[in-house]
Amino acid sequence: MPLAWLVIIVLAIATAGYVVGRSRALSAAGGNARGLHSLPVYYGANVALKIIVPAFGIMILWLLAQPWVIERSVATIIPDSAVAEGSNRGLVMAEVRRTASGIVNAVASGEMSRDVAEEQPGDLEEFTQRLKDAGQVVTSTLSAPVVAAAQRYNVLSATGALYMAGLVVLASLAGLVFGISESRPDFRARNVVEQGVRALLIGAASIAILTTLGIVLSLVFNTIEFFRLYPASHYFFSLEWAPSFSGRGGSSELGVLPLLWGTFYISIVALIVAVPIGLFAAIYLSEYASHRTRAFAKPLLEVLAGIPTIVYGLFALLTVGPLLVSVFGDGGLLGVDWQGGGRAVITAGGVMGIMLIPFVSSLSDDIINAVPQAMRDGSYGLGATKSETIRQVVLPAALPGIVGAVLLAASRAIGETMIVVLGAGAAARLSLNPFEAMTTVTAKIVSQLTGDSDFASPEALVAFALGMTLFILTLGLNVVALYIVRTYREQYD
Amino acid sequence: MNDMRQVERTVDTGQHKITAKNVQVHYGDTHAIKDVNVNIEDKTVTAFIGPSGCGKSTFLRCINRMNDTIDICRVTGDILIDGEDIYDKKVDPVQLRAKVGMVFQKPNPFPKSIYDNIAYGPRIHGLARNKAELDEIVEKSLRRGAIWDEVKDRLHAPGTGLSGGQQQRLCIARAVATEPEVLLMDEPCSALDPIATAQVEELIDELRRNYSVVIVTHSMQQAARVSQKTAFFHLGNLVEYGETGQIFTNPNDPRTESYITGRIG
Repeated sequence: MPLAWLVIIVLAIATAGYVVGRSRALSAAGGNARGLHSLPVYYGANVALKIIVPAFGIMILWLLAQPWVIERSVATIIPDSAVAEGSNRGLVMAEVRRTASGIVNAVASGEMSRDVAEEQPGDLEEFTQRLKDAGQVVTSTLSAPVVAAAQRYNVLSATGALYMAGLVVLASLAGLVFGISESRPDFRARNVVEQGVRALLIGAASIAILTTLGIVLSLVFNTIEFFRLYPASHYFFSLEWAPSFSGRGGSSELGVLPLLWGTFYISIVALIVAVPIGLFAAIYLSEYASHRTRAFAKPLLEVLAGIPTIVYGLFALLTVGPLLVSVFGDGGLLGVDWQGGGRAVITAGGVMGIMLIPFVSSLSDDIINAVPQAMRDGSYGLGATKSETIRQVVLPAALPGIVGAVLLAASRAIGETMIVVLGAGAAARLSLNPFEAMTTVTAKIVSQLTGDSDFASPEALVAFALGMTLFILTLGLNVVALYIVRTYREQYD
Repeated sequence: MNDMRQVERTVDTGQHKITAKNVQVHYGDTHAIKDVNVNIEDKTVTAFIGPSGCGKSTFLRCINRMNDTIDICRVTGDILIDGEDIYDKKVDPVQLRAKVGMVFQKPNPFPKSIYDNIAYGPRIHGLARNKAELDEIVEKSLRRGAIWDEVKDRLHAPGTGLSGGQQQRLCIARAVATEPEVLLMDEPCSALDPIATAQVEELIDELRRNYSVVIVTHSMQQAARVSQKTAFFHLGNLVEYGETGQIFTNPNDPRTESYITGRIG
């Protein structure tokens, strides 16, 4: 029985439980909802909870445990002789799983009769050919132990699924009976539902936190693996980034410094563009603009934040790069020859700056608006003009928040990839010249993992080390930003 | 009501500092001030009393054009200071506010040091030629604000770190530092405890020697204690205006009498 059916059955029982629980509680109170401790809907919801929680709990646990249990039992029927030289038990088990699902699919599509699938095949060649005809992924002729293990695997899975379905339905029926028996007028169904809501919210929060934790752990372990293969001193202090793509020679130089420098340089250029423009836009919007102007200008500015970064990348590659070359390049407007090609730090930084404008302006605008009107009144009352008030009273009061906004924009800039790939090129270089191509940590993570990569080589694993470096950098920036915002926030309330 | 006799009621000059003629204020569709005519005298403390929402603060904010900062507010009629119409096109509201200082209901020191709070006005108006002069202005203003002794050792500490009463006196000192001719106070004691209130009231009486002070207050005792003239506002109308003693002991209008005896408000 497919899982979807089981879920639908449980949900149907829960719906029935809801209706029955509700009406039972009502009738127990003589049809008068005032006689109940809680509103009738809570009694219904209580019954539904009593059905859904244990049933789905059992289902999830079973689905997690079943493959593990079956593999252990199947593994015992594969003799050591079946494990070929240069292979290992894990690879054989993978073949077993592949064959097992192949058989199931072949039966489902009608290429193989149920009997053939379950009996020990006389001719392995023919059996393999049948699976191939059914479009299943089978590489070479299957060996007898593998087929036997795969058949056993299928049998155990089917039995397991049957037991699980039975247990789940039983649990939901038990829940139904228990829930209905609880539906007495003095039962505090509302409190139970409250607990259920609480558990749901805690569950959602823990999924988010556990996922983060999982990502960080996977980063950490792969980074450790990388440093086992590649010396840390080279990674941190080498001034060269030259991965060898043939890979095997171990001749790669994987120094992070040129990448960090590129990241830092491009982010600085981006902030030099974004901070003044964003801040001035925020000041205009919050202090000078009329309500009507603000009502359409602010959403319009925020549209910038909604443009996918790849579009900014195209913009950098096709518009801004050539434009800058026509100014700073050979035969350009300034008559200098600084910029050789469109891909340069200044191209990527400039476009990234434009992307960051709405971040800076939107956050700063909120912060400037949060400065109490009393501050402005005090300043106006002393005969200060608008710009004096903004410069000397509003901005100092909003400064911590603005610094926080800038740091958030900075961590966004550090993590940006597509604009760099398209706008700044792929050459890792330590240089001060903003008209040269450079690249960043993120762009290199992409290039190290695109194409065929062997995940055991330092050339691929370095991506995790780079990711970890980036993560620590942006985390540090975010912590500093939050610290600044928190420390100075209360002062003006 | 015995307090009111403590303050001498003699008014030194009969000169009119501020004259309001047929002043109307609208907030959008709301008619907040209806046809107010009043003459406020120099070197006098004038109190505006009345129930909440009667327009006394609004009228006060008309005198230094603070209402200009509110988009939907419209003021008609004439307000003259020293015979000059402050709503004339030629008048720069920024300059006007330097001449007509204001102290707000809630103490609002800037997030700067005590020194910089006081020096703010003199700096933007260029009142001091050098650091020594600025120091002098700051000290003089803090002394006028009756807070010098408490803060002289920590002029560079943040103004927001002072107590509520100290903050309010700091704000008064800050307003005084730009050498205004008129000082408007919008319920300056409503956020203060009785001791701080007493200090600020004493200060107001001191300030009367140099300035024309207009104070909005909810406390009738306070009006009686600090002011020489009192104006009673009700529902946007100026109901009665006269000597404080007379308003509190022998009001002409029955509405004034009801208010001061606590029957409306």
